[in-house]
Amino acid sequence: MRALLFYIGCIIVGGLFFAFAQWLGNDYLFFAGYTVLQFVVLATAWNILGGYCGYVNFGSAAFFALGAYSSVALHKLGANVDRYFPDWLSGLAHTIMPLNIPTLIVIGGIVSGLVGLGTGYLTLRLRGAFFAIATLALAVVLQTLIVNWDFVGGSRGAYIIRPAEVPILGNYIQYLFLVMLVLSVVAIAIARIIEQSRLGYGFATIRDDEIAAEACGVPTLRLKLIATTISGALMGMAGAPFPYYIGYLEPSSAFGLAYAVNSIAMPMIGGTTSWVGPLVGALLLGTLQQVATVTISSAVNLLIVGLLLIGFVIVAPRGIVGLVQEFMRERASDQGQPTWRSRLATFANMRPGAR
Amino acid sequence: MADALLQVDNLGKRFGGFVALDGINLSVQPGERVGLIGPNGSGKSTLVNCMCGTLQNESGTVRFDGHEMNGLAAHERTHRGMARSFQLPRPFVTLTVAENLRIPLLYTAHTRSGRHLSQQESADRCEELAGLVGLSAKANKLPRDLTQVEMRKLELARAMAADPKLLIADEAMAGLSQSEVTDIVELLIKLNERGITIILIEHIMRAVMSFSQRLVVLVSGKKIADGPPQEVVSHPEVIGAYLGQ
Repeated sequence: MRALLFYIGCIIVGGLFFAFAQWLGNDYLFFAGYTVLQFVVLATAWNILGGYCGYVNFGSAAFFALGAYSSVALHKLGANVDRYFPDWLSGLAHTIMPLNIPTLIVIGGIVSGLVGLGTGYLTLRLRGAFFAIATLALAVVLQTLIVNWDFVGGSRGAYIIRPAEVPILGNYIQYLFLVMLVLSVVAIAIARIIEQSRLGYGFATIRDDEIAAEACGVPTLRLKLIATTISGALMGMAGAPFPYYIGYLEPSSAFGLAYAVNSIAMPMIGGTTSWVGPLVGALLLGTLQQVATVTISSAVNLLIVGLLLIGFVIVAPRGIVGLVQEFMRERASDQGQPTWRSRLATFANMRPGAR
Repeated sequence: MADALLQVDNLGKRFGGFVALDGINLSVQPGERVGLIGPNGSGKSTLVNCMCGTLQNESGTVRFDGHEMNGLAAHERTHRGMARSFQLPRPFVTLTVAENLRIPLLYTAHTRSGRHLSQQESADRCEELAGLVGLSAKANKLPRDLTQVEMRKLELARAMAADPKLLIADEAMAGLSQSEVTDIVELLIKLNERGITIILIEHIMRAVMSFSQRLVVLVSGKKIADGPPQEVVSHPEVIGAYLGQ
């Protein structure tokens, strides 16, 4: 029942937002909204590994870029079917290519998910700072590979000519926005399902104490691999439509610091214990950055993130969600009937019994 | 003894140049209550860690319930029916007491019984376990709200939640009052009567003596005595190890 309400709520909020933006009739709103939603997906994906399992990933940009570059590679293949495919395949290739965005998202997700699985397998014995450094190294290695891969443009970058129109909607940026909106809902739904399942409890034990988790029968290695795979796949999915959004993709922008920093800062500021945290953090920080880009300068972006992160680490280490929870819990009466305050306090961190 | 529940043969473990365990042989029959004692640093916890898979032993074998355990990860051994508590309590700090107890129910009890417990069943079982160790009132508290004594009880309850065949209690009673020690010993004996084999590692001799049917003594990584408690504590080597010669 609760789950059904949640999904209906998601659809209504998403639909209202889309309708509102369309009513305003300003394409820039979609353009900026896309970036915010992209960070919702990235932050949610990061939180599955970083927040639930406690493994800090500094390589978010690598997974994001991998999704973006798999789209670039497929776009190039699709644009030059006769050159890259043997004769017997070209007929088939002509019919399925160029691939549409949802397919590219799935492929980007698979590629990044596999790399996530591999990363998890190679780094599973590392904890804390060592794991973080390993993920950072992964980003550097991948960036070097992409820079030297001529097919996707190397360090020159690649231009992606996006179709002028799409069926039904017509407007391409609205289409991309809608795709990202759906993806955000999917990412949040996945995070929420994990949180309330047996898997989520398993992840929490990994975060708290791996040795004790093993002693309780939790297969920590398998769970960590699941987490790195899901987290990596979602980041890749966020990256897959990016070349079509930006029009020109080069390694230093796809592997940019902003992605790595934002996908860590947003869940930290929002709160890492539940799916609400990354959502709140990404909406808040993402919007703030967009506003700052337009009103002040685009260089202020990361400064804002940095300052906010420092502020939150000092004042509210458990993020906005933690702050709300504590405030509400203080006001709510300890005994007796649950009030709306206590309900709100548990809402953010609800765990209605996994099976 | 082919029908032993736990059979440890010639178990060896080193940490660098330090020999922590040196050729330990130990066999535990189903339904037995075994006490394991030894001075600090004698290798008791290392032995437990090697048996449970937290550490991998370098030489020798561990057989449990007819299966070779070497190379199996700790969670696989737990799934086969071995459960332990930790000497220093290691609760899951972000989960409530009830949720702590629920983890083994979710990951081990269901694997052992071959089906998922229903919401109601696992909630009932959590309540029962919490009641067993006297933590019912704090079921929805976080471990940070517990006292040290309560954390030890939680540790024990969590090991019991895995529904084990063999329970290894690593100093579950350190710091408890006289009456609490009596309570825990009674609880362990009650569990034993239900068919759970128990290995108790303890420094409180009163508890060990009243609990154990058999006493094993480790000193500097070697087993120096194994037999009925009264005989073992009057063994000259054991007295020498504890009091010095």
